[in-house]
Order: sequence, then C-alpha cells, then structure tokens
Amino acid sequence: MATKSLPATDRSRDISQPLEKLAPEEALKVGSDYLAGSITTDLIDEITGAVDEGNNKLMKFHGIYMQDDRDIRDERRHQKLEPLYTFMLRARLPGGFCTADQWLGLDDIARKYGNDTLRLTTRQTFQYHYLEKDTLRLVMEGLRDIGIDSKAACGDVARTVMSGVNPSLSLLHKQVYEHAKITSEHAIHRTSAYEEVWFGEKPAQPRGDHEEPFYGRQYMPRKFKIGFAVPPSNDIDIYSQDLGFIAVASEGKLKGFNVTVGGGMGRTDRAPETYPRLGDVIGYIDAEQLLPTVDAVMGVQRDYGARDVRAHSRFKYTVDDKGVDWIKLAIEDRLGFELGPVKPYEFTENGDLLGWVSGDDGLEHCTLWIENGRIINHEGRPLMDGLREIAKTGKCTFRMTPNQSLTLSDIKPADRPEIEALMAEYGLDPSTKGRSALRLNSMACVALPTCHLAMAEAERYLPELITKIEGLLEPHGLTEEPITIRMTGCPNGCARPYIAEIALTGRAPGKYNLYLGAGFHGERLNKMLLENVGEEKILAALDEAFAAYAKDRTPGEHFGDFVVRTGIVPEVKEGRFFND
Amino acid sequence: METQASILTTSQWEQVDLLAATLDREQAIWVSGYLAGRSQLAPPTRGDVPGLGAPAAAALPSGPVGRLATILFATDTGNSKELAGMLSAAAEAKGITTKVSDLAKYKSRDLKDEQDVLIIAATHGEGDPPPAALDFFEFIEGKRAPKLPGVRFAVLALGDSTYEHYCSAGRKLDERFEALGAERLADRVDCDVDYEDDADAWIAAVVEQLTPEAQPAAAAAPAGIGAAPAPAAPSAFSKRNPFQATVLENIAITGRGSSKETRHVELSLEGSGLTYEPGDALGIVAQNEPALVDLLLEETGLAADAPVTLKAGETTLRDALSSTLEITAATPRFLTQWAELAGADDLKALTASDQAKARTAYLDGHHVLDIIRRYPVAGVTAEQLAAGLRPLQPRLYSIASSLLAVPDEVHLTVSTVRYELHDMQRVGVASGHLATLTGDEEIVPVYVQANDHFHLPADDASIIMIGAGTGVAPYRAFMQEREAREAPGKSWLFFGERNFRSDFLYQVEWQELLSNGTLSKLDLAFSRDLRTPKTYVQDKLKLRGREVYEWLEDGASLYVCGDATNMAPDVHRALVGIIAEHGGIGDDEAEHYLAQMGRENRYRLDVY
Ligand code: SRM
Ligand SMILES: Cc1cc2nc3c(=O)[nH]c(=O)nc-3n(C[C@H](O)[C@H](O)[C@H](O)COP(=O)(O)OP(=O)(O)OC[C@H]3O[C@@H](n4cnc5c(N)ncnc54)[C@H](O)[C@@H]3O)c2cc1C
Ligand SMILES: Cc1cc2nc3c(=O)[nH]c(=O)nc-3n(C[C@H](O)[C@H](O)[C@H](O)COP(=O)(O)O)c2cc1C
Ligand code: SF4
Repeated sequence: MATKSLPATDRSRDISQPLEKLAPEEALKVGSDYLAGSITTDLIDEITGAVDEGNNKLMKFHGIYMQDDRDIRDERRHQKLEPLYTFMLRARLPGGFCTADQWLGLDDIARKYGNDTLRLTTRQTFQYHYLEKDTLRLVMEGLRDIGIDSKAACGDVARTVMSGVNPSLSLLHKQVYEHAKITSEHAIHRTSAYEEVWFGEKPAQPRGDHEEPFYGRQYMPRKFKIGFAVPPSNDIDIYSQDLGFIAVASEGKLKGFNVTVGGGMGRTDRAPETYPRLGDVIGYIDAEQLLPTVDAVMGVQRDYGARDVRAHSRFKYTVDDKGVDWIKLAIEDRLGFELGPVKPYEFTENGDLLGWVSGDDGLEHCTLWIENGRIINHEGRPLMDGLREIAKTGKCTFRMTPNQSLTLSDIKPADRPEIEALMAEYGLDPSTKGRSALRLNSMACVALPTCHLAMAEAERYLPELITKIEGLLEPHGLTEEPITIRMTGCPNGCARPYIAEIALTGRAPGKYNLYLGAGFHGERLNKMLLENVGEEKILAALDEAFAAYAKDRTPGEHFGDFVVRTGIVPEVKEGRFFND
Repeated sequence: METQASILTTSQWEQVDLLAATLDREQAIWVSGYLAGRSQLAPPTRGDVPGLGAPAAAALPSGPVGRLATILFATDTGNSKELAGMLSAAAEAKGITTKVSDLAKYKSRDLKDEQDVLIIAATHGEGDPPPAALDFFEFIEGKRAPKLPGVRFAVLALGDSTYEHYCSAGRKLDERFEALGAERLADRVDCDVDYEDDADAWIAAVVEQLTPEAQPAAAAAPAGIGAAPAPAAPSAFSKRNPFQATVLENIAITGRGSSKETRHVELSLEGSGLTYEPGDALGIVAQNEPALVDLLLEETGLAADAPVTLKAGETTLRDALSSTLEITAATPRFLTQWAELAGADDLKALTASDQAKARTAYLDGHHVLDIIRRYPVAGVTAEQLAAGLRPLQPRLYSIASSLLAVPDEVHLTVSTVRYELHDMQRVGVASGHLATLTGDEEIVPVYVQANDHFHLPADDASIIMIGAGTGVAPYRAFMQEREAREAPGKSWLFFGERNFRSDFLYQVEWQELLSNGTLSKLDLAFSRDLRTPKTYVQDKLKLRGREVYEWLEDGASLYVCGDATNMAPDVHRALVGIIAEHGGIGDDEAEHYLAQMGRENRYRLDVY
C-alpha cells in the first residue's frame, strides 16, 4: 500500500503475512464464508443450548455473544447439566437514538425473551441478556421489524458509533448525530450472511470478493471504535476511542472536526505490554471530508494493525508501534491532502447533564440517571413500565447517553406536563436530589453473572460500595463534590475506568485494583494505588485521600487533579507508562 | 496389596504373583499383553479371569524398569497446558513414554493404576483450582480417593504472588498425594506469573528422576480392564439380608425451576461382594417417615413401646411402624378390618365385592392415617393396628451404572415422590427416605435384584433405548458398560422429560458419549418447553420412523423403560404404526412383528 512519500515500516505482524503466521481468529474469519460459518446448524442442534466456539466468535460480528449464568455454573456441573447457556445481544444504535415506537418494540422483546430487562451500555446502545438459543431468530426478526439491527455491534469491525448527547446545544447535536449515523452505516460490514443466518434469505449470488469491498475476508485486526464529541461535554470520552471526531462549530453550525486517533482502555493484569491509551488529536478536517477520513484511518489500521497477537491488535498499539507522525502521514497519504491544524476546543466534564433542559431548538429534554444502565422494574419503582407508558404517548424520542443513562428528548413544551405526570406516577425522579454527586458520576460494567470474563462483581456491587464511600465523604463535607468513580469486573475496562478519578477493576471475587487521579473530563489516565485488595483496604485508602482533599485542595480543584498534584499517585503522562 | 486382592481371589493373586516373580521383563510384557488381549476377546463374565493390564504392571518390580509418565495439567488460561507439553517433550526425548491429559477430562478412577504422575496445576478464583478441574480436586480430596502406593509424583504449582492463597491448588495436590502414600519424585515448585525459569528448572529436575525404556504393554493395557468386576464369590447379602451401603453422593440433578425433583444417588458396595449387570435393579429397604410414625401413635393414642408380635417375632410398635409395616397407602384388608373396629357403615359398604371401583378410588384418596383420623377407634390395641397393615416392601430402582466404569459402586436415578393429600405434604416411603440421606455418613440397606430379561445384547448388536424420566437410568449403565468394553454395536437413545433446561438428565454425559461415539444417535422430547410444541418420546420415534424401522430390520434390539401407565403403551402404539407404515403391512402383522422380536429377546420392557 505504502507509496514513496510514506517511509517503509515493519510489516512482519500485519495482513501482509500468511495466515499461518497470524492469530487463529484470522484463519477463522477467512474460512467463514464472510461470517456465516455453520451458525445455522448450531442454532437447531437440540442436544445443547450452546453453539461451538468458532461459531460463537463469528456470532459476535452479528452482535451476539454466548454466555452462561455463572451464579449456577458450579451447581449445574454437579447436576451433570451443561452450564445454563444464554445469549447476549447488543444492538447497533448510532448515537444511541431511537423513536418512541422503537422503544416499545424493544420493551416487548425484553419482556418476551429477555428476562424482563434491558441494559443500557457505555456506548449508548442496549443489550438483551438471558436469550435462549431457540429465541435468537425471533429476537432478530423482532428488531428488524422496528428497523434496528445488531450488525457489527461486536466483532473485528467498526462498532456502534457514539455521538455526544448535549440537549442544550440541540441544533448542533442533531447535525453531529446525523454524521455519526452516516459513519456507522458507512463502516459496518456488508455480508449477506447476516440476512441468511437470521432471516433465512438466500443471497442473490454466492458470496465472493464483492461481498466486503472495504473489509475483505479478514475484516479488522480487532474491534474498532468511533465516536463524536460535542464540546464542552466529553461525555463519550473521546480520548478512549480508536478514532474520535470533536465537533467544531461556528454560530452553532457544524463546520468540521478535530480528529483523534489511538485511544483504548483494554489491558491485562500483570502484562505490562498491555495498557490503556488516550487518543492523540492529530488535525482538523472539514465536515465534507468525514467519510474519506474514516476510510483512510480504518484502512491504515486494517493494513498495518498487528494480527499475530490479539492482545496487541488494537489501533492504539499500531499508533505506538509506528509513531503518531507516521500514522498521520499514512492517513494523509491515503486522503491525498494534509490535515488542517487542530482548531481550539474545550471540554469541561465527561458526565451527563442530568434533569430538564430546554434546547436551542425550543424543545425540552430530560436526562434520567439510571443506575448502571439497568432498565428493570424495581420494587416499588417500576422503571421499565414507566418508560413504556411514556413511550406509548409517542411524545418524545429516546437517547441512550454514554454514561448508561437515558434522555427523553424532543418534547414539545406543551407535552412536558403529561410526561412529568407519568414520571411522577412511576417514580422516575428527574431531579438529582438524595443522590450524592459521586453516585451520579458512577459507572459499572455488567460483569457477573453474565460476563464470562468477569473476575469480580461490578454492576451488582458498586451501588452498595458507593453507599459506604458516601459515609466517608459526608464527614469531610464532600457529598456534593462531583467525583467520577467507575468499576469493572476485570481489566478490560468496559466502563472506561482508567479515565475515572476513582476506579476499581476486578481481580478475583471481592478483590480489586484501586486507581486514582484521572482528569475530570477524561484528559488524563489514572494510576494504580493498590493492587488486588478487598473492600476494607479500599475504603481506608479512599478515606485518607478524601481527608487530605478536603483539607488542602485549591478552589475548584478536582479530586483527580488533587491526588496527582499532592503526589498521592504519580501522573501518567502516556499510556505506555501506565504500568511503570 | 489389597488393590489386586479386590480384583482377583486371593488364590488367583498368589498364582499371578508367583508367576510374575519368575518372569524376566520380556516374558512379563508378553504375559500381560496376552492376558489383556485374552480378556478383550472373552468379555469378563462372572468367574472368568479379568484382564491384568494394571496389576501386571504393578506386579513387576518398579525402579530399574521404565515406567509410564502420566502428565496431568489443570489450566484456565493455558499456561499449565503449555508447560505440560514441554515436560512431555523433555521426557520423550529421554526415551520415556508419556501420556498428557487435561485434568478436566482425566478419568479419576485410572489414578490408582498410574505409575509416575506429574502434575502442573494453576490456581484461580480465590485459591481455587481452575473450574474445569474441580471434579478431580473433589475426588482426590474426597473419601473415595484411592491409596496410591507404588505411584510416584511431582507437582508444579502456577500462581500469582499478589494473591492471598498463592498457588494453593498445587499445594493441595502435593500434600494430598503424599497423604495417599505416593512417593515424591521431586519437590514442588511454586511459580509466580513469570513462571518460565522456575518451570524449566522443575522440568529438568523431574525428567532427571524418570527412568527410560518405558513399558509398552503396561502403557497399552486397555483402560477399564483393570477395573473389571470382581469374580463373584456369591455374596452373603440378599433381600433377606441386605447390605448396609454407604451413601457416597446424593444430589438433585434436576436444575433450578424444574417441576420435579430427580436425584442421582451413588452407593458404595465395597466389601459386600455384590455384583450386578447393567439392566439389573437395586432393592432399597426403606424406613417410614418418623414424623408419620409419631402421627399414627398420636392419633391412636398407643404407646411407642407397646409390644407387637409379627412374623419376624416380638418387637415394639414404633419399630414395627418404622421399619416393618407399610403405613402410607392402605390396603383393602386394612379397610375391611378397620371398618369392623370402627363399626363404620359407610366404610363397610365399600368392602362389598361389587364395590371394587369405589374402593380403589377411596383408597387412592385416603391413606392409613386419613382413615384412622376420620374413624377413630377408641381403645384399639397395638396388635389390632399392626394386624391390618401389610409388610413394608423394599422398592426397586434400575441400576444406573456399570461396574466396569465404577467398581464397587452402584448408582441410581430416583425421582422423589411428593404430593399433598388432605392438606398434608406427603412423601413416597423409599424415594422420600432416600431424599433425606444427604448427611456425611448415611447408610441404606440394599440388595441386587437381577433382571436378566433387560440385559445388553452382544457387543456388536445395535440397540434402540427408549425412556422417559428415570426410565433413562439403565441406559446410563448400558452406555458406561459399552464404553468400557469398547463395544462396536450402534446405540440410539430416545429420551423424554419435561423441560430441556432443567430436566435433561445426565445431559453432559450423553453429550460426551455422543462425541466419543459410544452413543450413535440421541433424540430428545420435551413436553413442557414453552416455545416448542409438546413432544413425547413416541412423537420423536414416529418422526424418525423410517430410520427406526431400518435399524429393526438390521436386527437392532429395542429397550423401553420407565412409566408403565402412559409411556409404554404410547410407545408400543407408535412402534406398531412405524412397522406397519414402513414395512407396508397391517397393524396386526406389525403386532406379530413386535411379538416375534419379543421372543427373540429383541423387544424388552422394564416399566413401572
Ligand atoms: C456492555 C458493556 C459494558 C457496560 O456495562 O455497558 C461491555 C460489555 C462487555 N465487553 Fe466491553 N463492554 C462495553 C464497552 C466497552 C468499552 C467502553 C467503550 O467502548 O467506550 C471498552 C473499553 C474501550 C476499548 O475498547 O478499549 C470495552 C472493552 C472491552 C474489552 C477489551 C478490549 C481490548 O482492547 O482489550 C473486551 C474483551 C475483548 O474484547 O477481548 C470487552 C468485552 C466485553 C464483553 C462482550 C465480554 C466478552 O467478550 O464476552 C462484555 C459483555 C458483558 C455482558 O454480560 O453484557 N470489552 N468494552 C459495554 C458495551 C458497549 C457497546 O454498546 O458496544
Ligand atoms: C423394576 C423397577 C425399576 C424401577 N426403577 C426406578 C428408577 O430407576 N427410578 C425411580 O425413581 N423409580 C423406579 N421405580 C419405582 C420405585 O420402585 C418406586 O415405586 C417409586 O420410587 C415410589 O416408591 P416410594 O416408596 O418412594 O413411594 P411410595 O411410598 O410407594 O408411594 C407411592 C404411592 O404414593 C401414593 N401417591 C402418590 N402420589 C399420590 C397422590 N397425588 N395422591 C394420593 N396418593 C399418591 C400412591 O399410593 C402411590 O402408589 C422402579 C420400579 C420397578 C418395579
Ligand atoms: C481470576 C484469576 C484468579 C486467580 N487467583 C489466583 C489465586 O488465588 N492464587 C494464585 O496463586 N494465583 C491466582 N491466579 C493466577 C494464575 O494461577 C496464574 O495466572 C497462572 O499462571 C494461570 O495458569 P493457567 O494459564 O494454566 O490457568 C489467578 C488468575 C486469575 C485470572
Ligand atoms: S470489564 Fe470485564 S467484566 Fe466488565 S463487562 Fe467488560 S469484560 Fe466483562
């Protein structure tokens, strides 16, 4: 690919190499007839509730993961029963937007097949859990009927594209959202295997080279994540995206984007060669150049990303291996023009703007804080029913936020009372009263019992831990202090923990690594303070830090900045040094 | 050396031992090979000399002679597996025969026959073994762990020093093997996450200790043969004199949300001399529920120690009610007698000869307790009460195991009978009793009930096994037997229950048998799964009609086990239909066809 203008580079690990030198997943993709594999056969195998490992890997490209209820795995082993296999389905929902009708459809499916729950994710979409193998086709059809798919929601492709939810700048936001949507449509895979496997639609012609004009048979080396941020809010954590676009506007109109490359969170404990990395802002493009830029950047990763070791296959490692300058050159080489100088921009925080706001489009928007994105009917607070009733009115749209919450959007002022009445009736309190700023700025990944990579609890444990932490904040008068806290059940970082002021990542049941010191708006990584410790040690360490913070902080100083300034943890200047 | 003694009679053992002493290595290898081969030709039946794979090996002087190195690994993320491969390579390079196996798949019962056992084990969770290897760890730490004299071992423990329970899984194994009398080849080494160097050093140290020129015959001896059933010196135990069997395991194997409670029960026959064939049943001599006994005493106002004379002789009323008399369902005899005592005309009416139907219906709805409650008899005596009750019968349970797979054990699949009658929860005598035997040192009296008409055909014959619910029990025994004997015949199972998720009894075992080819085909019918239409075994039979007929034409034997009231008749009707349709004959001829199969012992029922 490289032309003269582009300095030669080491290609011993990328797509130019023969399959046998690459990770087994590469051969699997190539041999899968463009992701069809033998999924269809496995779906009707009645001897097991599972599918085989190869097909499981392929199904990820279709948005589906095989899991099992880990709470009863051991119990069933003793009972000589296979694990209770169920499936997680993740929808593709660019910018996290759906209509009221679509919401009703999603709700129906959850009640029919998904254990009466929906899970909003950290990438603005939703997941079903507990789907049984023989319901998958029904669920897929149900989604198709409301115009939603799960293409490329997982797998080595461009994942669902994020777009900041900033209702007060609703006009600009709408423009950016449209670009996110086009990007997602542009970047997903094209294979007819999706329609064939799930809807039994035979392809017009046998699948061949024409199938995936961009991806080809080997797709991307690993997942690839794209996001759009609308300053001053960095709610999508732009620096954690493989490819990020920061909206640049004048007089509320979208002009273009600053481009970031090479962000990512995933790492593995005690494997220093793996680390989280914040993206670099490499230049500016006009809005018209969006899709060519997406192709150029993804093309560079597709062709130069490592494919021999999956733990090293994310774009962030390609960027560090080749150097940002080389990557920028390679991108410009493909674009045929140079990126413009970065335009000034400013972020203030990476949380959600909660409660009611009226947008500059004259419409009303209400962002509801939803604990860890779990939509379910709580005892005495029927959240799921309430949202269903609100959707029935057809008088709002739904936007999943990047912090697992939900914005009821585009409400005419005249309709607001009706919506508010329903909120009151179902106990959906839009105000932040009675909840500490810490809780409102918290995120936890799914982890147990469904995630098979989880080593410890997250979603089911963080709420009670926060209650204990609130007990520490209160005496120091820090209850109203916005501090970001994120917990994940393993080091993969699904709740973007490494850019939270306080983070906990699971090591084993009840044991976590504790990190402190990330930037409040996601501009700096945090640093591990304690490794593999239990609740007692975690609380003690936090109490100490809070005491110091309460005493010595400068006016307006954020907790993350404070612990770094006062040397409670050293500053992490670059991902490469995260494990030093 | 008890291990041998349990397999051979003492005199047989003495002869072998004598012979072994006089043999040089070549001769020994030839003899063990000869016996192993012979035992394969002639299936080890009662009295026949079983194969000597392992014993022959163990009988040879160890040390100078090469030994088989069995390399076992317990892994979650693959490090241990990788190291196992390296160890094997290093050993083979020195001319040592090795066999590498994942503890997740390893048959624990082979352990006692191993020679050198080299284990690489990682620790996970919080000091736990890798999940997949839990079965082995429970076995080795449990009461069934065999003594391991003559076994030499070494352990490499993988771990992560930042964990509180550093390398604890490896440590446990190391201690346990020593405790079981195995000889340590090399000291255990605990490896941190940077395990490479320490592991290399350990591998070198271990290989150093191994002795080359491994011994083909011992290695080649077919698995399971060493575990052939003991030649039956006719057991002292019988229905009259049941053996007090220890309960080894007793758990509900119906998963959460099941509408049933079906239990898997493992009993020890060690020291009983009892043997059985797949297809036989086990008799359980149960006790009545103590609470029910108390209730009867209370309702009748009789003293627990009131003397009663039974066939067996004099005993107290409580004993009689607990272990000698049937006190749940009432018999017509009891009805007649109690009607007299109570002078109750409506009861008397039921005893009339033309009242059979009404009587049965009444007895179904009223057990002994209910009748006594409704018709109290003032001053009834212990003798009078006892006289009306019939003796408590043992209950039979199809044996769900093969001695070739689990020597000295017998497994059962028991569905617990629970029901409500007159607002009172009741349990079946035997199944209810078994369900309570979950403590550590539980004992239950048992005897073997031979069931010759339900035994397996020749190894090369095809079989079609049809069973619903606990009717699947004998087929588990069949498959264990055929797996151990490496029987070439095809096997096809039709299994029916209520729900796939919770009631697919022995699911993982069937899956394993399918993948290793012991089971050729498996068809399932679940009658209460929401999204699939009610399906029963007979429906699946019809669905596969053509193929079923082809199997029958090729001489396959049919087995039907389980519910007698509905399943068996429905299955029979289905079979008639299939034979008529695909044989192009009428129903009557189809009936003859099945009758003929019956005469040839190819259509066998065991229903209850
Ligand atoms: C649902 C979600 C967490 C949540 O609570 O919201 C999630 C859940 C899972 N993630 Fe994630 N990830 C989720 C956002 C993320 C993010 C955050 C983001 O993208 O902004 C990250 C860090 C950013 C990044 O990619 O570096 C993330 C990094 C991972 C990784 C590590 C990837 C790496 O480069 O090392 C894995 C493991 C893997 O891919 O091998 C993973 C794998 C998983 C799986 C599918 C586990 C698996 O592979 O079997 C989890 C399913 C659990 C379950 O039962 O639902 N997930 N995952 C998020 C869904 C986002 C979406 O809608 O697409
Ligand atoms: C050859 C053979 C093999 C067998 N194999 C097995 C096997 O593998 N697994 C297995 O579980 N069983 C098997 N059985 C059945 C087993 O022997 C027992 O019959 C069964 O376990 C019930 O015995 P029990 O003592 O627990 O219940 P019992 O005390 O005998 O109770 C059963 C009685 O309870 C009463 N009863 C039940 N339900 C109700 C109700 N709703 N209302 C009123 N009265 C009710 C009826 O009188 C019924 O006869 C087998 C039987 C035979 C003959
Ligand atoms: C979830 C998890 C829990 C672990 N717990 C322990 C532990 O309690 N004690 C220990 O010594 N090592 C522990 N380890 C470390 C592993 O034993 C170590 O990584 C080992 O090399 C894994 O070997 P394997 O790849 O063969 O599974 C744990 C590892 C993981 C992933
Ligand atoms: S962070 Fe780990 S535990 Fe949590 S969802 Fe992601 S993969 Fe699962």
